[in-house]
Amino acid sequence: MTAVADAPATAPSTPAGPRRSRRAREMSSLAGWTVLGWVVGIAFFIPVLWMVITAFKPEASAETWPPKFTFSPTLAEFRVVFSGATPAWPFIEHSAIATVGSTIVVLVLALPAAYALSIRPVRGWRDSLFFFISTKMLPVVAAIGPLYVIALKTHLLDSIWLLIILYAAMNLPLAIWMIRSFMLEVPTEMLEAARLDGAGRIREITEVIMPVVSPGLVSTALICIIFAWNELFLALNLTVTNAATMPMFLISSVPQEGLYIAHLSAAATIASVPVIIVGWVAQRSLVRGLSMGAIK
Amino acid sequence: MAGVRYVGASRVYAKGAKPAVDLLDLDVKDGEFMVLVGPSGSGKTTALRMLAGLEPLDGGRIEIAGRDVSDVQPKDRDIAMVFQNYALYPSKTVAENMGFALKMQHVPKPERDRRVREAARILDLDEALLDRKPKALSGGQRQRVAMGRAIVREPKVFLMDEPLSNLDAKLRVQTRSQIAELQRRLGVTTVYVTHDQVEAMTMGHRVAVLSGGKLQQCASPRELYDNPVNQFVAGFIGSPAMNLLTAPLTEGGARLAGAMVPLAPAVRLAADRDRLSEIVLGIRPEQMHLVAAGGADTGGGVGPGGSGASGSSAGGDAGSAVLAGDVVLVEELGADALLHVRLADDGGSVVARAEGRRPPAPGQRVAFRVQSADVLAFNPATGARLAG
Repeated sequence: MTAVADAPATAPSTPAGPRRSRRAREMSSLAGWTVLGWVVGIAFFIPVLWMVITAFKPEASAETWPPKFTFSPTLAEFRVVFSGATPAWPFIEHSAIATVGSTIVVLVLALPAAYALSIRPVRGWRDSLFFFISTKMLPVVAAIGPLYVIALKTHLLDSIWLLIILYAAMNLPLAIWMIRSFMLEVPTEMLEAARLDGAGRIREITEVIMPVVSPGLVSTALICIIFAWNELFLALNLTVTNAATMPMFLISSVPQEGLYIAHLSAAATIASVPVIIVGWVAQRSLVRGLSMGAIK
Repeated sequence: MAGVRYVGASRVYAKGAKPAVDLLDLDVKDGEFMVLVGPSGSGKTTALRMLAGLEPLDGGRIEIAGRDVSDVQPKDRDIAMVFQNYALYPSKTVAENMGFALKMQHVPKPERDRRVREAARILDLDEALLDRKPKALSGGQRQRVAMGRAIVREPKVFLMDEPLSNLDAKLRVQTRSQIAELQRRLGVTTVYVTHDQVEAMTMGHRVAVLSGGKLQQCASPRELYDNPVNQFVAGFIGSPAMNLLTAPLTEGGARLAGAMVPLAPAVRLAADRDRLSEIVLGIRPEQMHLVAAGGADTGGGVGPGGSGASGSSAGGDAGSAVLAGDVVLVEELGADALLHVRLADDGGSVVARAEGRRPPAPGQRVAFRVQSADVLAFNPATGARLAG
């Protein structure tokens, strides 16, 4: 950060000075911010990088301090993850079903709900909105007792359906809020034109609104996927084997008797890959969706 | 047979608030191009939206082709609207945009395509554009697509909400005449909203001037220009605006810039009846004729000729007056020049139109002859025109 520190201390020195040193100050301040940005970005990324690198190390040389960056990479730990004592496949499968299933349910329910809270507001829409958000204010720890009992009585314990329902409930308020804010960006004139053209409610949603908010729908779906995929607490307490998800597999890779860092890193890398791929594919939509309406 | 009638139509947004549209009575004949004009907040857009069905009525009713449509859904009113910001569907092609309403009416595809192509032809829209999305079009092209969307529906009434306001000045002038010509050709009743009085004057068969939710006057452009019914209309119609000056009343007429402006007997009578001590005089810029120092008119003035009296406060003859003042600013427009003049004797500021080739210079003392027949008189308190 010496570039930034130096800049204010530089006084105009030459006769043609004032403009040139102001330019120099601007450039060095820009350089300073750029360096800072990169430093922060890299600082965030380093743990992830370390995890991925460790995944390729053989177990014996994995746990060293300071961390070694030169080694001969091996896929041994990945093989253990997939075909060792407890293979990861069922966990991945359950996670995928719970995530995709709950996200579909969320989108199907949130779209009409957001419509009813933005474009054709129902009476008491403000109270409805607050009600939805208030469900996120409750710590899930407080709800786990009653949830367990309900799951037990309805024979849904350790069932993938339970996870789909609960993840949908968990993500629905956020999805409604996000989709609602995108729908508010739809120009009123466009909706009036559609009304004059004779589009009924359904057509209005499918032909006019959805094409306009579709980047927002993608970013909402992505957020829901991330939250559902990484959810641990409910899965831990309400599933055992039949619906156990990837986060639970990761937990089980942290055994009581000693730390198998390379194995854990491999498992964690595997767990992160699907979400990273989805995010990569959708990143353009994500940026557009999140900044929609900012530039009109 | 598709006339439009507003019968006592009102719209109030909040209880107890001033009405946005106040008891509007307006009769639009079949095939007429009616322009609703007025400043922001005058209620013209609200009145149009009431006709479209996008705003409910809080009083009175609206009729289209003799049928009361006050409670009818917008899509069933057989109207089509061109919005200020065009409101095109961004994810659809131009052809799909124009055919959307027909699709909603379940018109079969070949018929839809035919009507879309026909509308594109009328509007001079290149067929190649039909497959593009709105974001690939220029502003002028988008505006035409918005109009095409309306034309395709073959409605009883066209509604247009300031469709030219997003175009640049040159394109606006061009499109203005195209719209007017299109309306004459198609012969569809059109209600057109604008805040630009030049558009109103050049396009409308009749113009309805609104202010504060109330209709001020509805007449042909010529009638509005020559015979405004109150001060608001007089000052609103015409560019540059009519000069409106308050002048005290005296025995001979109204005293302005040290001169005596004679008034018609009917005006005097009306002023006396209303017990006025001063009135507002309205003189259009082109009715102030520059006179030379000797009192003779310069540059082709027509009036009863100079009486030969010299001096700045010469009265002229019984039918005119000479007003003196100092030029503050000269705006040269090429063919004419606009002189901003401060009248003598605290008479106020006026704008006068003069010959463009050799206008007076700023700071120069000038004099204008005005004919009393050209001068309009208004009641300063109510703004109403004093008979004449």
